[in-house]
Amino acid sequence: MQLARSNQTNRLDGLTLGLLALGGVGAVVGLVMALSAPPDQSQGFVARIFHVHVPTAWMAYLASFGALGYSVAYLVRRKAHHDRVAAAVVEVGLIFMALALLTGMLWARPTWGVYWDWEPRLTTTAILFAIYVGYVVVRGAIEDPELRAKAAAGVAILGAINVPISYMSVKWWRSLHQTQSIDLTTGKINVDAAILIPMLVNLAAFTLLFIGLVRLRSIIAAREAAREEA
Amino acid sequence: MKPKYIVGLVVVAGALAYLIFGGLGQNLVYFITPSEYFQQVERYQNRAVRLGGLVKPGTLEYNPQTLELRFVVTDGVKEIPIRSSGTTPPALFGENRGVVVEGRFEGETFVSQNLLVKHSETYQAPKEGWTPEQVRKLIEETQ
Repeated sequence: MQLARSNQTNRLDGLTLGLLALGGVGAVVGLVMALSAPPDQSQGFVARIFHVHVPTAWMAYLASFGALGYSVAYLVRRKAHHDRVAAAVVEVGLIFMALALLTGMLWARPTWGVYWDWEPRLTTTAILFAIYVGYVVVRGAIEDPELRAKAAAGVAILGAINVPISYMSVKWWRSLHQTQSIDLTTGKINVDAAILIPMLVNLAAFTLLFIGLVRLRSIIAAREAAREEA
Repeated sequence: MKPKYIVGLVVVAGALAYLIFGGLGQNLVYFITPSEYFQQVERYQNRAVRLGGLVKPGTLEYNPQTLELRFVVTDGVKEIPIRSSGTTPPALFGENRGVVVEGRFEGETFVSQNLLVKHSETYQAPKEGWTPEQVRKLIEETQ
């Protein structure tokens, strides 16, 4: 009975593979489109980093909310599955967060003049990154599965609080980082369609990749848990 | 608990404390404007300051031999002369650009150690009617 149930979450299913394949193809298409998008009037071709930077940053925020949702679900229902998915979301989210920081730095050097500066958006994003690194360390440090899940859920909730602060930092405080080009709070878009569309293709592709990777990581985690039980 | 995890937790906690108390604390006001400087001149003497504003048109002087750059930053009300030296300014630097300068006041002049250039959140393709030469010039200028 126990085995039969764990087998359901253990199997590498077609949906996961399909999401990964579609996301991979989509990302290639998106990057090819991005490389044929017109240059920006003031920045030239440097602004093309936009096509990767913005979707990865959004994925990082999405990961925070995903981890929040599954962590709260774990605290309410106490199902190990929710804890494993929350951990998978954070791990995959960290990849996207690192990419967002890296692409941001590569963009900052030729435009702002520096790779990094302790301005509000960059500082709050660095804090967000540090909290999720802390999440992974906390999970590794605690042996007891139940205590581990509870402590990790607490860290995930703490991390998610920082997301709206980071997102709104460019409006709340004076900053070096420009305000949102696609403002989700007002719905204003300050991007030409020819530059926007490749970004949206990448956004869709990264979302599929994100979900696929989280499913894959959850399956691996479920197998590990099943082996430990046996 | 294994020692390596204790080390890891200490590192993460230390990094967070540094970011929150060291980084963010000073950055709630990331830069001051020229008007704010003139309200509290005494407060900003002999310490590192970030000053933000627009580069006033017609005030830009750049000496490529000595790499000395002089310009005036304005917030529309007050103006402060800036002297920056040692590095070539970022490609996007120019008149009417938003800038943040990091440095100190030396008398009336602000001496910049670090010149940062803001850019807008708007991304626009070159309009129709731009000749290929204009587009090429844009690309070459921003490299």
